[in-house]
Amino acid sequence: MSLFEIENLVVEFQTAAGPFRAVDGVSMKVNAGEVLAIVGESGSGKSVSMLAAMGLLPWTAKVTADKLLFNGIDLLGLSPSDRRKIVGKDIAMIFQEPVASLNPCFTVGFQIEEVLRIHLGLDKKARRARAIELFDLVGIPNPAERLGHFPHQMSGGQCQRVMIAIALSCNPKLLIADEPTTALDVTIQKQILDLLMRLQAEHGMGLIIITHNMGVVAETADRVIVQYKGRKIEEADVLSLFESPKSEYTRALLSALPDNATGDRLPTIAEFLSDDQIFAGAVR
Amino acid sequence: MTHVLEARNLTRDYHIPGSLFKKAKTVHAVKGVSFSVDQGKTLAIVGESGCGKSTLARIVTMIDPATAGDMLIDGNKVDIAKERLTPEMRQKVQIVFQNPYGTLNPRKKIGEILTEPLIINTNMKADDRRDKAMAMLKKVGLEEKHYGRYPHMFSGGQRQRVAIARALMLNPRLLVLDEPVSALDLSVQAQVLNLLADLQDEFQLTYVFISHDLSVVRYIADDVMVMYYGEAVEYGSREEVFSDPKHNYTKTLFAATPRADVESIKARLARKNAA
Repeated sequence: MSLFEIENLVVEFQTAAGPFRAVDGVSMKVNAGEVLAIVGESGSGKSVSMLAAMGLLPWTAKVTADKLLFNGIDLLGLSPSDRRKIVGKDIAMIFQEPVASLNPCFTVGFQIEEVLRIHLGLDKKARRARAIELFDLVGIPNPAERLGHFPHQMSGGQCQRVMIAIALSCNPKLLIADEPTTALDVTIQKQILDLLMRLQAEHGMGLIIITHNMGVVAETADRVIVQYKGRKIEEADVLSLFESPKSEYTRALLSALPDNATGDRLPTIAEFLSDDQIFAGAVR
Repeated sequence: MTHVLEARNLTRDYHIPGSLFKKAKTVHAVKGVSFSVDQGKTLAIVGESGCGKSTLARIVTMIDPATAGDMLIDGNKVDIAKERLTPEMRQKVQIVFQNPYGTLNPRKKIGEILTEPLIINTNMKADDRRDKAMAMLKKVGLEEKHYGRYPHMFSGGQRQRVAIARALMLNPRLLVLDEPVSALDLSVQAQVLNLLADLQDEFQLTYVFISHDLSVVRYIADDVMVMYYGEAVEYGSREEVFSDPKHNYTKTLFAATPRADVESIKARLARKNAA
């Protein structure tokens, strides 16, 4: 049994112009200890499908799926309060904007201890000890002192480490990282990715990395899903995706990388692919 | 031949005034940077946030004065701290910013956005301004029907095209591009980079290209300057810098850049299986 299984997930938003289908029949599986990368451009529905799985979408969204299983539990059938016991504890998520996803009004120590109190019910002393341990784990220097700081007193990279510490606080079985390094410098990106990969290996977590950066995919993933306009275009293990992409779209995406530039000009996707051509090779 | 842009020992300090509880302090944002760019060439400035590359862009664009050092544009010395900037100088350097969502006025139509620099800096007639804006829209790959639309009706890549068109309205010699593609998707990034290359060929434009993405820099630059804490730690042609980086920071930067080639993936998977 896989740790996390989605089958035929559809997410629709009610808009003034009628229903808009952001995710159109996406299926995926993640096993424990596996790193899955979901790659696609903005609007490909990669974040929305994960937010749907977490139950974090607003009420305007209509989520349906044949299967949405975590550890064999049907997430869609749970009551909201039961679902909250899993989400944030066994499934944790890291968001793109570390500075924006922390509450500016509370110290980072308060925010990490809140999770420990709600999900694990630890007492004050144990919470503090665990918070220090977690900060140490993600490589924040002077953890005891840092707990008393507010998000604005920390750099973007440090805030992302705090986010990771919060996500890891309850030893999740599945970690979803939504563009974890997009807002960061390359040197910090390297540190954060190394940290995520190390923690993933040590704890045997399932890890889903959502990104639009092919370099990040190449450096982290075991398996890759390519999405475009809410549909899954291709799924392959990382080596075969880069070595011999099956779909035209993936090939176009890879050739648009400046690393692979051969001539004076970069090939662009719109020049030689229409939506129909892209979807022709789509898998379910 | 004179350089389009020459900088000698440019320095910029910011003074942060003290208060009852805090001492006044001075931040040295740019510490004595020298470089030059010739016509039709691209100089890329690389570095991480806080290294002073955007401060340098503001100095080159004549938005902020330098604290010390000389800047020469087409061989003429410019110091906006001492004398008023003439419209002729203003026309020579233009800038494109990183975020195409934040740099276009949401209450103005594209036509108004494009013609505004002409109203401020030239005596062109309204008809001529309109014609020029229409022609520029086509140059950057948009259409005449877009003239009367508002920025929110465009995608990120199209907005960045509008920002580039606006910068080109005054026929500048030098275009400063401050992270012009880092907010864009991969395929759109490729389109905008191609557009920049086309425009450079057509108008013999000189670019100062600020970026933190080394793969983009390797693709577009002729010369590369690496900045670290306000200093230029490495400066040379693209081949020199990429094949034989001298400074430790440059090496760190190269090592940190993710690689998307098949060999690197194989090496990583082998390491993982061994562990």
